[in-house]
Amino acid sequence: MRRGFRAVVAARNDTSIAMSTLTKFSATPFTGPAPTNRDPFIPAGVEAIDARAAEIAPSHPALQRESGQDMATFDVPPEAIVDVLRTLKANGYTMPLDLWAVDYPHRDKRFDVLYQLYSLKSNERVRLKVRVGEEEAIPTGTGVFKGLDWYERETFDMFGVRFDGHPNLRRILCHEAFQGHALRKDYDPAQRWVLTEKDVARIIPKIDPRFEDVDTDFERVTLNLGPSHPATHGTLRIVVTLDGETIIGADQEIGYLHRCFEKMSETHTYQQVMPYTDRLNYCSAFINNVGYSLTVEKLLGITAPPRAQHIRLILSEFMRIADHLVCLGTNLVDMGALTNFWYLFQPREEIYGLIEACCGARLLPSYCRIGGLAVDAPSDFLQNAQRLVNMLPKYIDDVEKLIDKNKIFLDRVVGIAPISAEAAIDYGFTGPCLRACGVAYDVRKASPYLGYETYDWQVPIADGGDTFARYLVRMEEMRQSLKILQQAINRGLPDGPVIVDNPYVALPPKAKVYNEMESLIYHFKLIMHGIQPPVGETYFPVEGGNGELGFHIVSDGTKNPYRVRCRPPCFQIYSAFPDMIIGQTIPDAIAALGSLNIIAGELDH
Amino acid sequence: MPTENSENPRSIISRKRGEAPGEQPEKGLITLPGESEREIDDLAGGTYLTTKLDTMVNWARGNSLWPLPFGTACCAIEFMSMVSSHYDVARFGAEVVRFSPRQADMMIVAGTIVDKMGPVLKKIYDQMPEPKYVVAMGACATSGGFYRAYHVMQGIDEIVPVDMWVPGCPPTPEGLIYAILKLKEKIERGEVRRGV
Repeated sequence: MRRGFRAVVAARNDTSIAMSTLTKFSATPFTGPAPTNRDPFIPAGVEAIDARAAEIAPSHPALQRESGQDMATFDVPPEAIVDVLRTLKANGYTMPLDLWAVDYPHRDKRFDVLYQLYSLKSNERVRLKVRVGEEEAIPTGTGVFKGLDWYERETFDMFGVRFDGHPNLRRILCHEAFQGHALRKDYDPAQRWVLTEKDVARIIPKIDPRFEDVDTDFERVTLNLGPSHPATHGTLRIVVTLDGETIIGADQEIGYLHRCFEKMSETHTYQQVMPYTDRLNYCSAFINNVGYSLTVEKLLGITAPPRAQHIRLILSEFMRIADHLVCLGTNLVDMGALTNFWYLFQPREEIYGLIEACCGARLLPSYCRIGGLAVDAPSDFLQNAQRLVNMLPKYIDDVEKLIDKNKIFLDRVVGIAPISAEAAIDYGFTGPCLRACGVAYDVRKASPYLGYETYDWQVPIADGGDTFARYLVRMEEMRQSLKILQQAINRGLPDGPVIVDNPYVALPPKAKVYNEMESLIYHFKLIMHGIQPPVGETYFPVEGGNGELGFHIVSDGTKNPYRVRCRPPCFQIYSAFPDMIIGQTIPDAIAALGSLNIIAGELDH
Repeated sequence: MPTENSENPRSIISRKRGEAPGEQPEKGLITLPGESEREIDDLAGGTYLTTKLDTMVNWARGNSLWPLPFGTACCAIEFMSMVSSHYDVARFGAEVVRFSPRQADMMIVAGTIVDKMGPVLKKIYDQMPEPKYVVAMGACATSGGFYRAYHVMQGIDEIVPVDMWVPGCPPTPEGLIYAILKLKEKIERGEVRRGV
């Protein structure tokens, strides 16, 4: 029998469940991690970071150094934050990478609001911590960095932290009928609030100030695109105001795929979070696996065996190519070039064949384990990889031949939806969209992992920051990935195991479990109690298909992560979208949207 | 409206040559595509054949499903695989992807539906003309999957009726094609659900 819609509304509005978890939580108060001293991934070590932090600290009197962290970390009082942000920006920290919060309900000031800034000049990161209570507000940083706009809205939505002076502080991911703040520790993960059609809030159409007083002969029209629209890829919604054919105002609504990744991570063990990471950027799921595994490994202070690292690198690069193939294929089909879509999806199937041979799954592999890989790659792995590397250049060249000099294509992409390098950095762009503005920032070069520093390859950049530049960067990136892959294949797979030999992290082999008492106990312990990293917090970035994909994990020493923060590259790229399309036309906006490669799973967490 | 089962399963199409239709009572229906084709071959040289209008219409409907991809997440990528070159759903007559609900009769809900999306899904479903069919692709559309969470609908059957559920996270393209074939059988059997 089908459940009635009304009955569901009544059942889910019951708040008694949410209240009961409050008391349960109070048994294990955790008021924040102590500084950690283990950090094998940063070669310079903690001392160097502390020394660097000591150099930065005098730039503003409000900066109070926290030692022993994985990057220069400072405590900042809320009232000084805008000034500190401004000072740091003037000192080279021009890119706002992330803003998120952690809730410690048993503390006086229960929220840690964390900012992460990056300096392109010195390739350094700083983390700022602002402690606030439930009733306190933080002055908004949107006047300093445009990229903080959506992050502040997200933190408000998830934690209820208010940002004074924010121009548009409303919910961003959860819907209008939602009550409470989902990422607070006392919020029950399964507590739903059902949205009905009459609760849907109307978006008030925006008009860009530049166009407010412009007099034209046309009637001003508001047009809604999405969320169910062929060109908005299922879950994006844009409301534009048109003057004739020109877009004079735009606003986006996101959250149509908010699947609560961060809350789900808190209710599962470290290993169980792996499948959830797959579903962030599902076009290159394996890279998410790698990013998450590396972060937990950093927290544990272990390194996966060389064989596992090598397979991770090879598959990551293949996934990057698959990601770009999907992006280009769907972008071109949005512009009417259907042939490329059929054509580019073929090599993508072959890449999925390769990963399917390794672990049995195509799209969302969950192939990584913390400390290595689930199983070894098949014996013909390198031969198959070589076959793919031989095959792929033809597809890339053919597509290039088809569209590179195609007048229809060029008319639709050259000079369309441009963004300047300064604006892109201010918004916190990373990945191909940033490199299309001429900024050669790539995590694989800036802070190499998996041994990327030992390969000969280059970071492709283009000028103009328009749709065409983004296309060019993606095409060249696929070639550079092939270059890395060829070198990786030539080196061959190192011998040895694919997972660490550590019974507190990796399950012992089945043969041992069945025959040895000790292994059986380890197996049982790991299944029942999970991996328990030491108390601490850490951040680790990798280069995803769309840019810097970072995980920040806070551990309270138990089997579940206390907080997993994913820094999704799409989020900031999409927040700049209105700026890019104002003054353009609707078809241009569609072509530009496709070229940004917004993946909803990652955008909405 | 379910059609009656044939008492004589062998005879599904009666040839009429020189006889007025209806002289002998119709026993059979077109049930399976393969069978009907075979009988048509057997009857080469026939001038016309008779069947029930419902049967004919259902046969046509089942062979020309126009999908509306309500793709939100990972499953949508596998849906794209299914319509593109390698798996090629055109072989089964369901390749005319329409993004307008007015032009489609099979909604494939590919991906997680969150509470914020619920009213949108309902509206799109309401806009589709009858007869319409819904395929819930993957674990999320079926039951919320492993997102037992504060913002995720625990299965789209909370708001729209579903004809086919496809297991998997995500289902393989083969799995989705199988579901479409099953739906086709269901339609050809005449199991049409009218109204909600």
